[in-house]
Amino acid sequence: MATLEIRDLHVTVEADNATKEILKGVDLTVKQGETHAIMGPNGSGKSTLAYSLAGHPKYTITGGTVTLDGEDVLEMSVDERARAGLFLAMQYPVEVPGVSVSNFLRTSATATRGEAPKLRTWVKEVKEAMERLNMDPAFAERNVNEGFSGGEKKRHEILQLELLKPKVAILDETDSGLDVDALRVVSEGVNRVRETGEVGTLLITHYTRILRYIKPDHVHVFSGGRIVESGGAELADKLENEGYEAYTKGGASA
Amino acid sequence: MAEAQNAPVGSTTTGSIAVAAESTVATRMSAPPSYDVADFPVPHGREEEWRFTPLERLRGLHDGTAVATGNGVKVDVQAPEGVTVEAVGRDDARLGKAGIPVDRVAAQAYSAFEKASVVTVPKETVLTEPIRIAVHGEGGTAFGHQVIELGPFAEAVVVIDHTGDAVLAANVDYLLGDGAKLTVVSVQDWDDKAVHIAQHNALVGRDASFKSVVVTFGGDVVRLHPRVSYAGPGGEAELFGLYFTDRSQHQEHRLLVDHNVPHCKSNVVYKGALQGDDAHAVWIGDVLIEAAAEGTDTYEMNRNLVLTDGARVDSVPNLEIETGEIVGAGHASATGRFDDEQLFYLMARGIPEYEARRLVVRGFFAELVQQIGLPDIEERLIAKIEEELEASVG
Repeated sequence: MATLEIRDLHVTVEADNATKEILKGVDLTVKQGETHAIMGPNGSGKSTLAYSLAGHPKYTITGGTVTLDGEDVLEMSVDERARAGLFLAMQYPVEVPGVSVSNFLRTSATATRGEAPKLRTWVKEVKEAMERLNMDPAFAERNVNEGFSGGEKKRHEILQLELLKPKVAILDETDSGLDVDALRVVSEGVNRVRETGEVGTLLITHYTRILRYIKPDHVHVFSGGRIVESGGAELADKLENEGYEAYTKGGASA
Repeated sequence: MAEAQNAPVGSTTTGSIAVAAESTVATRMSAPPSYDVADFPVPHGREEEWRFTPLERLRGLHDGTAVATGNGVKVDVQAPEGVTVEAVGRDDARLGKAGIPVDRVAAQAYSAFEKASVVTVPKETVLTEPIRIAVHGEGGTAFGHQVIELGPFAEAVVVIDHTGDAVLAANVDYLLGDGAKLTVVSVQDWDDKAVHIAQHNALVGRDASFKSVVVTFGGDVVRLHPRVSYAGPGGEAELFGLYFTDRSQHQEHRLLVDHNVPHCKSNVVYKGALQGDDAHAVWIGDVLIEAAAEGTDTYEMNRNLVLTDGARVDSVPNLEIETGEIVGAGHASATGRFDDEQLFYLMARGIPEYEARRLVVRGFFAELVQQIGLPDIEERLIAKIEEELEASVG
């Protein structure tokens, strides 16, 4: 069973000619089939965690370990991490001019699966996955994220999640900027992937709204660059009622 | 991609792209057209038509110090049956019929060539095989003049290949009779040290169509000046260009479409990718719609993709309209960067870095390559683009 283990992870970023520590000792274990929600106020370092795990060059790991099934993730390049089974659904997916969605999806699937998918089954696979996400077939011929609405960008991220079938999926604020209908469609997509039991999900969010559609097994409160409290789904209810105030004042920054 | 859409002037992305000041077609040239090199002052580099060009790298083509050597270029013309190939002198009436030299280097080429080559496709002759002209540089300096004439209703494809190392200044004239169809592919696949400056003059006959595909990969300095005018109404010109500018290369394409008669069309699409320090691409797109040219339909576009830091693009589309009675006139210029975030996004989906770059560049050129309409040229271009990427990324 695939397991992502994060141990005492410290991460810095360069900003305004100064080095700033964003992650200050993150410990977390995500197993295949589990869903962990990471919740926290803005600026707590949630997205830094997501991008550091994916290997974004902006972030420097200064301490700790990350392993996927015992393999050292931090030693891997960005593409190696993806091929090892890590997937990051981005909060702000990037436009890639000149590259069509269909070409991009096929190239990604070829890279992560280690061989080109058979054309006939692949076309069907993509078509069906797009239908499930209420995506117009014409979408496949557009350039990646170019001119996409916020909802289209997120659907496209979840489409990739469904097609690439990672071991561990990190969803970075996938719910932000979505109206209720789009949130439902996207959440259903995530749930389909979760129901296979093949993926460990790390759901990073600021709001509890998405947790009405995607039920987490574990909820972690993130503040000041680390996890300050962990619990079950009931912790999300507490946050819904009380907000992050208790974590941002005093205790969490100690 | 942070894409800047800012017609009518230049285009820009942070840092590496300069925006050129606006200028007009009418004021662009510092001297009137002439065959005589003495009619042009030696450029100092601040003239409108020379301000982007590194004169110190022209090996004397601009100041009269370049002298033809025996080992300039070797020209080999392969023409199908029915086509005539002649070597003629400066007094031949067909020379200059499509256009007169407009700058000092073009006039220098006209003043200095030994024999001009005239390739003629007789009227109503439709060629099924291309005419191939191989221009191979042998390390020296050369001046040339090439005329390609199609009689009325003749149809031909001409492929001109430039390879090797040379310092070459040339004029190339395309004369299209009424109803003729000419496709010219000019490939600049020079070695790294070559300097190539040429003026292309196309005179498009009544109801004739001219398609030019300019492909520039190599050379130290390549500066081409394709110009089109029309001999009668109903003419069409499609000018496609593709360039891949590497480290230290200067590749300049300056176009002029002169809509001088009514009811003609023109469509200009040039796309370039740049990578490496001091890679410099210049694109000047001038379209002039003269007062008489009612019913004109024209569009021009330049797109640049900057793959690495340190490269520079100057892109200046310019449209001058002297009559309002036209079908359409438009232009666009945009320069975008392939940046680290795009690379991260693609790599985060398992795509290796090299493959990611290839994907983006192929995608960028794909639409243009498909418009060329000559399968063997298309395949060769794609292969060449891959080669360019491999050479620098690998």
